[in-house]
Amino acid sequence: MIDLQRLRAVLRKELTQLLRDRITLLLIFMMPLLELFFFAYAVNLSVDHIPTAVCDLSLDVRSRDFIDALVASGYFDIAEYAAGEADVIAALDEGRVRAGIVIPPDFAAQVARGQGEVLIILDGSDTYSVQAAYSAATAIAQHHALDLMVEKLRRQGQTFELMPVESSVRVLYNPTLDGLIFIVPALIAMLLQILTVNLTAQSIVREWELGTIEQLLATPIRPLELILGKLLPNLIIAAVALVLIALIGFVGMGVPFRGSVLLFLFLSLLFAISGLGLGLLVSTVAHTQNEAESITSMLMLLSMLLTGFIYPREPMPAIVRLVGDLIPLTYFVRIVRGVVTRGVGLTLVWQDVAALAIYAALAMYLAARFFHLRLD
Amino acid sequence: MDERVTLYARNLVKVFHTRRGEVRAVDGLSLEVHRGETVGLIGPDGAGKTTTVRLILGLLRRTAGESGVLGYDSMRDPFAIRAATGYIAQRFALPPDLTVQENMRFFANVYGVPRHEQRDRIDRLLAFAGLLDFRSRLAGHLSGGMKKKLALACSLVHNPRVLILDEPTLGVDPVSRREFWNLLNDLRAVEGVSILVCTPYMDEAERCQRVALIAEGRLIACDSPAAIRRQVAGELLECRPSDVRRAKALVAELPGVLEVQTYGPSLHIFVDRADERRAAIVAALEAAGIRCRGMRRIIPQMEEAFISLLRRRQEREHA
Repeated sequence: MIDLQRLRAVLRKELTQLLRDRITLLLIFMMPLLELFFFAYAVNLSVDHIPTAVCDLSLDVRSRDFIDALVASGYFDIAEYAAGEADVIAALDEGRVRAGIVIPPDFAAQVARGQGEVLIILDGSDTYSVQAAYSAATAIAQHHALDLMVEKLRRQGQTFELMPVESSVRVLYNPTLDGLIFIVPALIAMLLQILTVNLTAQSIVREWELGTIEQLLATPIRPLELILGKLLPNLIIAAVALVLIALIGFVGMGVPFRGSVLLFLFLSLLFAISGLGLGLLVSTVAHTQNEAESITSMLMLLSMLLTGFIYPREPMPAIVRLVGDLIPLTYFVRIVRGVVTRGVGLTLVWQDVAALAIYAALAMYLAARFFHLRLD
Repeated sequence: MDERVTLYARNLVKVFHTRRGEVRAVDGLSLEVHRGETVGLIGPDGAGKTTTVRLILGLLRRTAGESGVLGYDSMRDPFAIRAATGYIAQRFALPPDLTVQENMRFFANVYGVPRHEQRDRIDRLLAFAGLLDFRSRLAGHLSGGMKKKLALACSLVHNPRVLILDEPTLGVDPVSRREFWNLLNDLRAVEGVSILVCTPYMDEAERCQRVALIAEGRLIACDSPAAIRRQVAGELLECRPSDVRRAKALVAELPGVLEVQTYGPSLHIFVDRADERRAAIVAALEAAGIRCRGMRRIIPQMEEAFISLLRRRQEREHA
């Protein structure tokens, strides 16, 4: 059914046009690289060194001990000293600090009585920081209280050898909880999706906008030849871009790659095909390049939020999760974290691979169907 | 079927379903083009010209009726039709970022021209279109007239026996338009190509062997330009009154006046006998305080004939 002379003609036309537009070509390769850098270093999810205002009304050994414990934890940095609770709140209001600590005047005496109380004030407008600060401050206060208790009991002549329960935590795959190891593999997947969807949607919608599509459809070119002729060059570009950003991510940034490179490349190809299919679908809905761009931007936003790329999907309501299921990245984020970070083989990710394959086939089928009917 | 018929439409209907209801873009249109004949599809914007040619090429799904080219049915064998037909879409639409040569080669391959024949044929067509010196220029950088000639050259690369052109000279200067029509005439007379051409220009209609006047998706008349002009009853006077609207209403009531048409500042007045009625019309206008300049007798052109036929048809329908 496919005529090679016609297919080759479309391929050559697409490649000539791609190579002729140098600026677009440069952007195609530069954008993912820039995004890789910015994302990798901006999306840092661990919150520490929270700027803190301290109001120590006690100024004794006990209060200084407590403040030292907070600073030593690494979570709090003392940004300023305040004279009273009102000053601490003012500093929070003005955004100079994210947390405030108020120690009452007779702290040492209170501690001696076993009733020491410190006030910790947090900026609730930044929930990320607050959650981190809240758990850090609580843990530090408890730990500090425990130390004081042990010290007191020792002075009364009692001895302690061991804590009754000790937890020993071992983090697999990412022992230092390095944010890059979490972000980079999924980020590469995301960039690959953006690239494939955008390239395909733009290259087809552009033909509609210029009106060249009618001239093409009036020739003996079959829709399948036209679609293949458009998709294959995009697949080549996506492959080159993938190798480029993967080299920078895994070699340049030193993110460990534990699994099979071959399996990763093969599954990336499948993922790229699903992205091309999604791009084709976008092109059957959008009539202008602007519309296509709006749709792909929306898709990028949803991909960041709903696919497990940054935020875990488990706590999401079922309906929101379902929207995420419509985006190929959802499956591929799990696949890359499995293959790249945990180093597992196909047997452990096959369900997502199967879902992705079905997705790619379905997107292609639907797009080819709608594509055929467009002039009507 | 008649051997000479290369392209036909019979009771062709196309209904578009829009949010505001059904639109009958083509409404029972019948049409034939014979071998070596140029037929002009003439009508105002929205008359259904583009829809008709898209139906014939199988780019749109017809609602009812039949159409075909060279014995192939538009719906059943659209690819056979496209392989034997050259087509220029209304919006000029060759890839602007390919050169003239690359465009030609692309269409040659797409139409399945054997590789060893391509060079000669492309050279011959570029010479024919006067584009030999612009071989390596990007299509997007050509002038409007040259773009149309390139489109024509591309659509001829597979030696089609039928050519379908949708407003091929839209936005082209008069000199280039004439050159373009000379090329078309060569094709028809020398190569025996059948041509169906949509055009809003009445002077181009005059260059066709036959014209099909269509309005609201229906055929109003189909005949040679001379025969169409003869269908207009009476003789034609032209003048430029100082108040066109009032003059038109006044003149229409005068004895011997068959029909009045406005063309911008001019009135075209159809009368039974021009020499007899001229003085009376001028007198009547001046009596009403309307100055009337340049009253003269003119020969009816396609445009007057078209409007006259359209009006007669509407009057018949309302009656």
